[in-house]
Amino acid sequence: MSGDALGEVVAVAADVLGQGLLLAGSLLVGVAALGLVRLPDVYSRINAGTKAAALGLVLVLLGGVVLAPTAGSVLVLLVAIALQLFTVPIAGFEIAQAARLTGTPVTGRTHHDELGLPGAGATGAADEGPDGEPPGAGRGARP
Amino acid sequence: MVVETALVVMALSLAVAAWRVVVGPSDADRVLAVDLGFIVVVCSIALLAVRARTPALLDLVLVATLVGFLTTVVLARLVAGRGR
Repeated sequence: MSGDALGEVVAVAADVLGQGLLLAGSLLVGVAALGLVRLPDVYSRINAGTKAAALGLVLVLLGGVVLAPTAGSVLVLLVAIALQLFTVPIAGFEIAQAARLTGTPVTGRTHHDELGLPGAGATGAADEGPDGEPPGAGRGARP
Repeated sequence: MVVETALVVMALSLAVAAWRVVVGPSDADRVLAVDLGFIVVVCSIALLAVRARTPALLDLVLVATLVGFLTTVVLARLVAGRGR
């Protein structure tokens, strides 16, 4: 009798935990989409679009682990989470490298830029480094 | 109810990703938006698997994770001009 009630409490707690994980993960993906709208240049958008979205996906998959009915689906979800956590840094690095190699400008509000990327428009060019280095000149000049 | 709310958030995020693919000032923006769109689709598949209680859809999550990663890397290398 009491064991039955305990099992019911555990089932309800697992349901609440799984739904909370699903909600948190989807809100994190929504925050990533908001960052894609609001952030000023591609380098900051890469932050939102890879890290926040991937963590949101991991939370959603963890919610699926809690709510999953069978052992096989739990195994599949854990493998998917591990693969996601291993591959997301590589994807973000590749996108940032593509933006860097194609000379995508940084926003004018950037304080410190070691790569010598071109600034965005007149305000960005006016804020270039203290050496008076022209925008984009640092690419081939670095040892 | 929670799953339905999450699916609505996914739909809005996918609309944002499509908008960024269209207007993105640089090609790297478009690759990033495609990556986010793929993550949103994988999330939606997982949510639908939970909602419909269909564990077979979770195999699709596993495959789509790998395909999304390869898509992002290949598109980024194509944009960078190093695709061979």
